[in-house]
Amino acid sequence: MTPPVTPWWRNRRLIPWLVQAAVGLLVLVLVAFLVGNLVRNLAAAGLLLTWRWIGNPAGFDIAGSWLPFSAEQPYWWALLAGLVNTLRVVVIGLIGASIVGTAVGVASFSGNALLRGLARVYVELIRNIPLLLQLVFWYFVVFLALPGGANAIQWPGLVLAQSGLYLGMPELVNGVWQAPIRLSVEFAALLTGLIVYISAFISEVVRGGIASVPKGQWEAARSLGFTPLQTLRRVVLPQALPVIVPGLNNQYISLAKSSSLAIACGYADLYSVAETTLNQTGRAVEVMVILLGAYLAIDLVISALMNGLNRAVQLRSR
Amino acid sequence: MERPSALQRLRAAFFASPLDGLITVVLLAALLAGGHALLHWLVFKAQWAVIQVNSTLFAVGRYPLDQQWRLWLLTTLLAGATGLSWGLLRALPRPDRRAVLWPANDRLAVALLSGLGVLVPLVLQLSTAIALRWWSITALVLACRWLAGRWGTALPAIARRGWPLIWPLLYLVGMTLIAGGFGVPAVSPYRWGGLLLTLIEACFAILLCFPLGVLLALGRRSSLPLLRWLSVLYIEFIRGAPLITLLFLGQNILGLLLPGGFTPDRVWRAAWVLTFFAAAYVAEAVRSGLVALPPGQMEAARALGLPVHQAMLKVVLPQALRVALPAMVGQFINLLQDTTLLSLIGLFELLGTARAVMANPAFIGKDAEVYLVLAVLFWCCCAALGLGSRALETRLNTNPQPA
Amino acid sequence: MPHPPSLIGKVLRAVPLLAGLALTGCAVEGSGLQSQKLAAVKARGELVCGVDGKLPGFSFVAPDGRYQGFEVDLCRAVAAGVLSDPARVQFRDLSASERFAAVNSGEVDLLSRSTTMTLSRDAAGGNALSFGPIHFYGGQAVMVNAGSGITTLKQLAGKPICVTTGTTTELNLADRMRELNAAYMPLKFQNDGQTYAAYLQGRCVAVTSDRALLAAKRSSFPDPKAHVLLAGDLSKEPLATATVNGDPVWADAVRWITFALMQAEESGITQANVESKLAEATADPNQADLRRFLGVDGQLGQQLGLPADFVVQVIKAVGNYGEIFDRNLGVNTSINLARGTNRQWTDGGLIYSPPFR
Repeated sequence: MTPPVTPWWRNRRLIPWLVQAAVGLLVLVLVAFLVGNLVRNLAAAGLLLTWRWIGNPAGFDIAGSWLPFSAEQPYWWALLAGLVNTLRVVVIGLIGASIVGTAVGVASFSGNALLRGLARVYVELIRNIPLLLQLVFWYFVVFLALPGGANAIQWPGLVLAQSGLYLGMPELVNGVWQAPIRLSVEFAALLTGLIVYISAFISEVVRGGIASVPKGQWEAARSLGFTPLQTLRRVVLPQALPVIVPGLNNQYISLAKSSSLAIACGYADLYSVAETTLNQTGRAVEVMVILLGAYLAIDLVISALMNGLNRAVQLRSR
Repeated sequence: MERPSALQRLRAAFFASPLDGLITVVLLAALLAGGHALLHWLVFKAQWAVIQVNSTLFAVGRYPLDQQWRLWLLTTLLAGATGLSWGLLRALPRPDRRAVLWPANDRLAVALLSGLGVLVPLVLQLSTAIALRWWSITALVLACRWLAGRWGTALPAIARRGWPLIWPLLYLVGMTLIAGGFGVPAVSPYRWGGLLLTLIEACFAILLCFPLGVLLALGRRSSLPLLRWLSVLYIEFIRGAPLITLLFLGQNILGLLLPGGFTPDRVWRAAWVLTFFAAAYVAEAVRSGLVALPPGQMEAARALGLPVHQAMLKVVLPQALRVALPAMVGQFINLLQDTTLLSLIGLFELLGTARAVMANPAFIGKDAEVYLVLAVLFWCCCAALGLGSRALETRLNTNPQPA
Repeated sequence: MPHPPSLIGKVLRAVPLLAGLALTGCAVEGSGLQSQKLAAVKARGELVCGVDGKLPGFSFVAPDGRYQGFEVDLCRAVAAGVLSDPARVQFRDLSASERFAAVNSGEVDLLSRSTTMTLSRDAAGGNALSFGPIHFYGGQAVMVNAGSGITTLKQLAGKPICVTTGTTTELNLADRMRELNAAYMPLKFQNDGQTYAAYLQGRCVAVTSDRALLAAKRSSFPDPKAHVLLAGDLSKEPLATATVNGDPVWADAVRWITFALMQAEESGITQANVESKLAEATADPNQADLRRFLGVDGQLGQQLGLPADFVVQVIKAVGNYGEIFDRNLGVNTSINLARGTNRQWTDGGLIYSPPFR
């Protein structure tokens, strides 16, 4: 009697390889199918991939570009100017959302019931309304309705007018506001929308972090004579950070990606410039590749920075 | 120790220290001022004509008028099913639970629903016929909730267990009613719009992204390197890209990737993009649930002689999904909100309809009214999802905290 | 013991099948002519037409939910010519910035969205479109508030100007301002609705677009008299329909249906008299031009892959060029546009159809 031979389809070592080979082949065939169609369709339309256009003059202008830009400069410079504009919103937005989010998160532990309640209402209100809706609200309802000229809202060191936000020592010269720092209302609307929306999520991350610190820590600090603010700064937050930082990463990436909604309020960010470029050159596929690559790069940079920060706080907490 | 009086409690809550008192006073003043301004605007300044005139457009887009009975029928069915499910959940406590049956905010939800149901048609000054329909639908929800709460326990066990199946069934019935088929005249997707389109897109994507997400999460945790890499590649690519670029790809590049002339309707293409997008996020939520589960669970199940897929399906996944539930529902809420991005690619969902309406010069400058109504609508839908998720969480929680 | 066919074997056998699938869909036979588009439209029984959708006079949705306008009628004309039924059109609202991608990816069969014909949009190395005949000769203008006191472009230096992104106007504005050496602030929006909303809310001092489009838009403003168009055009803006490059048969069909509208006006054929003209041509063998044009004689329709009587169908559906213009843009409409350069060449205008023979 021969020993029972395991049929090959029950072979423990073979099966995983077969499954992988099948999946791999399927994916390959699918990719080949899609790429083949792409090449054929592009060839039929006379739009085969090329990057030569990227050195041609852009021919359009970009408002509020930080990089010096004018219409005779090439497309790649225009896209770079858009990227810089995106980075500007993202960086300032990150800082602003972190500050507001932390404040709201901490407020939800306040001894004052009113403040606590308001913090909850803020989070529940903001989180459940789409960001795009909030952005168009800020731009079309709030910022475009600002009065202009001499009627502008004036606070010491800050003027809110329909033509922009003026910081520093704004003064009215011939009916036009002048100040060292001027933000366009498009930028202000986008920034406000992003900060308000993302801060609601950040406050939840912060709240979760603080909640993870045992209650005894608060009581111990209080019995040592710490004020509530001191307790927060010196005892609770350092212990909460290892929980908070990983959660922040997702929110920061979300903010970076959401900045592409700038087209809804007229701010010339990377996506907006890319859309214009795509339209003027007809290079849809190439521009989309650049766009996806750029956002992926931004996300990777944020992730890398946050991982570094994470390592720092985890080490310190030991 | 005697219990503190109401006054003492109030004092502790709002005026514990001079600083607290100051904060309270300042906040109260700001709240009153803000509330007064808002109320003043709502009552005296706001002009709701833009909503009244376009209410049909906001609700269903350019859906043919003579076919709209189908949507009313569907709304009635949904209302009935919602009420019954709600009541049943209340009536049938889990056997291992004594006190904590259902979150305490249930009553609040009833009050909120009836309030909204009665007030919104009034505030928007809809025609009496339409308002009456909305009131009847609200009444139907509440009546079904009461009925099921009252007699739900008397149902046979099979009906109770099979009840959740009503939802996928209703989905199929609903899509048939909306799109046509089985003798119902067809209505082309490009006539869908407004809230109808928002809900169609969101429901489709939520239903499909869940299984896809679970598969991706399992792929990412798989011991087969190729599966793992492919899953990681997919998840990270999708999570690294802004949704708007993916939607643009779906609308304008997908046609280049498929053989000529073979492209699904743009409404469905957008729905698929939303699905594939959300699946990556759901996968991450499920993965966190899988990670949170001690490896002993799998080992124990295997030791009991269960094959891997059985152990996964019957032991690991149910527990992981329970852990992942809040995060997943968070993604579903995001998905619902993300449907607004469809307005940027020329689809007339709620926000797209709003933008089209406001392009009509007769309604220029009425942004505040329109956006406010949209915000309330979205808030209600998202809050309802969140509320439902918390209810489900309480229900699925195997180790209830003592009340 | 016979082994069941291995999984790998199955997959390997499926590869050529899938590859074959990938290769199909290249050539679809359509009425003897190699045209994917024409065949697709006929098979679908419906023309997908990309329009603006929010521009009074050109293309917009009337309160009854029907699309109306000059460019909408062009779509209906093509549907009537190809499918013999002007109602078989599905309209797609496209933003300026997505319109070309929509044509190239096959999302729409025909683009009729106030598109300016330019070299780079036509060229295979550019947007690679195929343009129909120019159906509207216009120019770019700037609209400002009547009370602003601005009368020249130069005065807009340093001021915010609203413009819809993805348009030629965006580029022309940049060129003109550069010539004037005047820095300005272009505020770009994705769709016209937002562009004009920002202008009306006072965010921009001026808004720029085609003169006819601005006039059309102004007619719908709450107070049209409060806005003026600056004198002088910034550019030439010849509007034309567009189709995908690489399908000359389909492009020809669109081109000659549009020419038919122009020729019909020149020949005095209107929506009202087309039937009697047809009867007249059928009865009188000496009217060679008319007989050929209306498809009684010859094979003009067949050569295009269209029904022999396509001209009759088109005119019956939407009337001739002049009727379309007068109905949607003319002096008796709220747009109140004179024919101007868009008169027939016989009246000193630029509308000129090549001969139908």
